[in-house]
Amino acid sequence: MTDAIISVRNLHKWYSGVHALKGVTLDFTRGEALGLVGDNGAGKSTLINILSGVHTADQGEIQVEGRPVSITKPRDAMDLGIETIYQYNSMVPTMSIARNLFIGREPIRFSVLGVGLLDQKKMASESIRAIANVDLHLRSPDALVGELSGGQRQGVAIARAMHFKSKVMILDEPTNHLSVKETKKVIGFVRSLKEQGVTGVFISHNMHHVFECCDRVVAMARGEVVLDKRIEDTSIDEVHGVL
Amino acid sequence: MKRLFKTYLEKPELAGLILLVLLIVVFQIRSHGVFLNADNLRGILGILPEAGLVAIGVTILMISGEFDLSVGSVFALMPMTMAVLMVHGAPFPLALLAGLLVCAAVGFINGYVTIRFAIPSFITTLGMLFMARSLTVVVSGGFPPLLPADLPTWLFTSFVGPGNMFRMSFVWFAGIALLTSLMLSHTNFGNWIKATGGFLPAAASMGIPTARVKLACFMLCSMLSGFAGMLQVLRLGSPLPSIGEGMELQAVASAVIGGASLAGGIGTVMGGIIGTTLIRVIDNGLVLSHVDANWFKFAIGFLTIFAVVANAWMRKRAKAIKMEG
Repeated sequence: MTDAIISVRNLHKWYSGVHALKGVTLDFTRGEALGLVGDNGAGKSTLINILSGVHTADQGEIQVEGRPVSITKPRDAMDLGIETIYQYNSMVPTMSIARNLFIGREPIRFSVLGVGLLDQKKMASESIRAIANVDLHLRSPDALVGELSGGQRQGVAIARAMHFKSKVMILDEPTNHLSVKETKKVIGFVRSLKEQGVTGVFISHNMHHVFECCDRVVAMARGEVVLDKRIEDTSIDEVHGVL
Repeated sequence: MKRLFKTYLEKPELAGLILLVLLIVVFQIRSHGVFLNADNLRGILGILPEAGLVAIGVTILMISGEFDLSVGSVFALMPMTMAVLMVHGAPFPLALLAGLLVCAAVGFINGYVTIRFAIPSFITTLGMLFMARSLTVVVSGGFPPLLPADLPTWLFTSFVGPGNMFRMSFVWFAGIALLTSLMLSHTNFGNWIKATGGFLPAAASMGIPTARVKLACFMLCSMLSGFAGMLQVLRLGSPLPSIGEGMELQAVASAVIGGASLAGGIGTVMGGIIGTTLIRVIDNGLVLSHVDANWFKFAIGFLTIFAVVANAWMRKRAKAIKMEG
């Protein structure tokens, strides 16, 4: 398993008495689009939250590119190249696209004790490039994110992850509440990740979406992995059967 | 042109600014030209910094998504702390430092309790409103202590500038306004404040230390309020334990008139200043126009509601203006 970018070994998590993850072992292969499916409470969100630093595992090991790592806060995950795009949207609607792209990672001209002057020129020019790179056409990086459609917001979130050269992009239910047309666009984004050499983890309730854009499907139920197959070796019916 | 129009409609402080200009014109006419004469302006500008500094603190805290009702009490507690220390022989700089530390501690407690126990800051700071006021009276022993005669009033309250137009407090106010305004719009920390108040889960997931950001805003708010209280005491010459009563709500009104959103994420320092100026202008202008001064609170109340409604309407209009693409 030399080509695994993230490996989790025997991961356990308890939430006040509930055993949410029961020894999950899983390899995320470099450059692959992996679909993670499961019912509510199956443990997929818990697994993702641990990988993105929102929660920490109670037991088990995480390796990134072969090295054991400790992820205790979102910034740790981001520094390891793991970027998560949440279903509730990881954008601040009252701020501009350019500001949103750089939240927490602002380019600074100089700083004292971590507080510094923003390089606004750089933010504007880089955000225009970042948005164009994901084939998203927006009028101006100064537009408020609150004025964008759901699909456009996911696009900006993906542009942000791409801009910071993330190696693994986790998309948590990115097609929820989106129109058919916008869903297509997001699925297109997931497909294009592979061309850019980014590993994608696509979480969805919608099996059709997963089968449309992923190379491999992992199904979880009751805190365990119950199915792990390549898309061409399985079918929607088989996955539904194990959930 | 359309873009320019949209950009300006989106500015949260626009409604307040328009109202301010309108009112100045009305008062100037109604007072037969007395309103804008040098003596009257000197009066308004002399007391503006005190309410203005409090409003700056409250505005920034509101942008970060929190709320402070204890500013009026801290406004009294800080100078009282200084006065008591000076009566016991402490030199002015030391007393000033101690006073600011007390404010920072109050802000820290406000923030820590709010965040640690996940309770609304409305409650925490309502409690602090009573506690800080009570402490002010307790440390003074019921009698305002006598201030020493050799206070550095030249640094804080003396008149300066062309025609002795300003007090030194205005220079402090302008400087702090400029710095905090720059902080909010041109630094990464300002970005974090807006993100924290704008949408907390997104800010947290992007690795922003939201608890620390809020804590800093609570402390800044308390320190600015205490500093403003000291300015007032130096101007009046006596540390009355009752100063700043009702100030908390006026400060919130200032912030809101200036376009700050109670929900967080939206607002500017300039807006808070415009809101404060508006309130001072009404206070002064009503008297000059021979209107019963008891209408003052009515006017502020009406204005607060009106400004928020106008702001919401303008933001909706701005959103409706679709640009290309």
